[in-house]
Amino acid sequence: MPHIHPETELHNPQSAKPPLDPHLKALENEAIHIFREVAAEFERPVMLYSIGKDSSVLLHLARKAFYPGRVPFPLLHVNTGWKFAEMIAFRNEIVERYDLDLIEHINPRGAAENVTPFSHGSALYTDIMKTEALRQALDAGQFDAAFGGARRDEEASRAKERIYSFRTPDHRWDPRNQRPELWNVYNGMIRKGESVRAFPLSNWTEVDIWRYIQAEEIPIVPLYFAEKRPIVERDGMMILAEDPRLELLPGETKREEVIRFRTLGCFPLTGAIRSSATTLDDIISELETATVSERQGRAIDRDQSGSMEKKKREGYF
Amino acid sequence: MTAPATANAVEHVAAGEVLAFPAQEPARAARDSRPLRLITCGSVDDGKSTLIGRLLWDTKAVKEDQAATLQRDSNGKQNDLGLPDFALLLDGLQAEREQGITIDVAYRYFSTDKRSFIVADTPGHEQYTRNMATGASTADLAVLLVDARVGLLEQTRRHATIATLMGIKQFVLAVNKIDLTDYDRARFEEINHEFRELALSLGVRQVTAIPVSALKGENVVYDGRASMPWYDGPTLIEVLELATTRSAQTVGFRLPVQRVSRPGESFRGYQGTVAGGSVKPGDSVVILPSGMVANVTKIVTFDLVRNAAVAGDAITLVLDRQVDVSRGDMIVAIDSQPLTGLAFDAQLVALQPEGIQPGKRYWLKSGSRRQRVQIQPASQLDLKTGKWNHAEQLPMNAIGKVHLAFDEQAIFDTYEQNRFTGAFILIDPDTNNTVAGGMITAKRSALGGIHTEDARVILSLPADLADQLMATELFAGRREEAEIRRVSAGKAVEIIDDIDG
Repeated sequence: MPHIHPETELHNPQSAKPPLDPHLKALENEAIHIFREVAAEFERPVMLYSIGKDSSVLLHLARKAFYPGRVPFPLLHVNTGWKFAEMIAFRNEIVERYDLDLIEHINPRGAAENVTPFSHGSALYTDIMKTEALRQALDAGQFDAAFGGARRDEEASRAKERIYSFRTPDHRWDPRNQRPELWNVYNGMIRKGESVRAFPLSNWTEVDIWRYIQAEEIPIVPLYFAEKRPIVERDGMMILAEDPRLELLPGETKREEVIRFRTLGCFPLTGAIRSSATTLDDIISELETATVSERQGRAIDRDQSGSMEKKKREGYF
Repeated sequence: MTAPATANAVEHVAAGEVLAFPAQEPARAARDSRPLRLITCGSVDDGKSTLIGRLLWDTKAVKEDQAATLQRDSNGKQNDLGLPDFALLLDGLQAEREQGITIDVAYRYFSTDKRSFIVADTPGHEQYTRNMATGASTADLAVLLVDARVGLLEQTRRHATIATLMGIKQFVLAVNKIDLTDYDRARFEEINHEFRELALSLGVRQVTAIPVSALKGENVVYDGRASMPWYDGPTLIEVLELATTRSAQTVGFRLPVQRVSRPGESFRGYQGTVAGGSVKPGDSVVILPSGMVANVTKIVTFDLVRNAAVAGDAITLVLDRQVDVSRGDMIVAIDSQPLTGLAFDAQLVALQPEGIQPGKRYWLKSGSRRQRVQIQPASQLDLKTGKWNHAEQLPMNAIGKVHLAFDEQAIFDTYEQNRFTGAFILIDPDTNNTVAGGMITAKRSALGGIHTEDARVILSLPADLADQLMATELFAGRREEAEIRRVSAGKAVEIIDDIDG
């Protein structure tokens, strides 16, 4: 018998907060609806947890959707071994604080062959350590539904993806043959081996994510806030220079800058931005005047035009 | 009325150099309305991609690095105003870029200080009915685009008809490329007048016509007064900011149960999204289809125990007694109940190449309820004339009137009454694909709406003989009056024995 979450107590401390504005409330309601629908229709759901801001929002919504019960599925973190150290510390704290089941998966082949972003290049590295690793983990758990925090405003190919995104037994996405999705009626019927990726945040934008984090006081990794940090400039990106495995190339120097991260992935592939935003208010006003998109700092999206679609077709989230 | 960003800025996207702006405006205030969902209808020739691109560009939803990618992908090709080719921005998939076509529905996001918007962007030509119906199913408003030089087309009528059928009540007629008519006011008024007549014939009352140049950005986000001093109406964005979102709050309380939450012995709650009306502790409710009655004791959410919930809220409902409630049931207001029965009339849109086959058993999903259904097509809409013609089956992209026959009690409101409890999808059990979207128009009485005092004859015939009879002209002409069920011979005997008593 699953135990009752301590928050069954009816004086939840959260209740002191002012109610959400109608815009965020509508987005929240939609996401909760999707969570409940997937949890009810599928046998073995899992939630992909990348530790970033979107994952933090996704997790918060999952907790809301199933309250006063526990989150009824495990979290899956596909680790590459090259995440920011602060991300892993944050993850462990969250899992404990909210009493969550976490599955961590590292591609054993990649680990054995010592695949790194430096030795194999970002494209191959991502393919092995993220895409292949994700497929391994989903197969091992026999998951028939996987929640992800992808948003349609992130990238052009995602703008056309359904909320229930159907995948073949080998995890392929066929953008030309997607099931029509009308109203809020989702078709969760699949055959054995097939699966669905479900995206409760499909209709959220980056600003929505930040405003929701602020309104709901959702904990996030401190790397999102500006601070003086050691960096090195490489391929036009400012990379965090904290990890001893990062070797400086000829001509590169380490220096300190006040920076923050707009998205978080693997530290060698994630570019920082110069920013003085130390609070959520700062971040939101910075965003509202920003002239570049958030994925600008992500090397893997830029390998080639249409590269995200290609990765997705092969099973990347 | 200026294009604020120029292509020049695009070249400076280097690491770290771009985001160091001081805050130029205060953080946006809380949004006091829900996002407006809209659909844009029109073909590439009407400038639809340019219009959406313009909306995204002028509301600054397109960032410089995205524009730079565009720039790269279009090999530096620009339109006359030095802006990137917006069509490339919208065609996200590789196949689309390669073939220069738009497939499927894409969703775009932009916002102003007052509100945020979700645009369902659907291709104008290929399989337009299917994609339009998908986009329109969630839309509050439709923007119909026409070329000022060409005026209304047959296509405009089709788009308006589909949007109306899907329940959209607010329309904007964007008379685009008005610059190419030298901002001809008489031309604009002529098209406006013509459209109003069309709208009236469809029963649409809320229409705003706007003269627009999407290319030059006139009357889209910025006003076009300098070129069109004669137009003193709103810009497109002003209309969108003031449009209303559809709400189901005025009808009876509906909670389709998604799941039962039982985290421990002491708690049992019914989780779902309120699909109509409102509820508060103390309200009496009925659980359908069982018909059991209970009272609401609590509305539980993560944040607090609430004293009321309204349409759209995702809640957990606690009742005052042990009743049997499971996923797919509906908890409804005791004094305003939906329709229940085994036979309904509906309109539907066929979405797949196989069309809709008469007599085939499909899965029907509405809200959280999934059940078996048999479909009998009755007629098909001719989008050219607006007439309904007799039909035996419905090919892909057809809009048809059908009869639904269920094995178990079905629970619906009419779509007109409630967009959520009146809508459904059909799933082909052979392929698991979604093959139709449908809207309930009425419940069919057991006698199919026939005067109860009329004399009727029940025949039980071998299926092949029945098929031959039904194929005759005499029968086909009065088919609507007949009630037909296909059953096993054994079942037929049972039914007739039952009548004999």
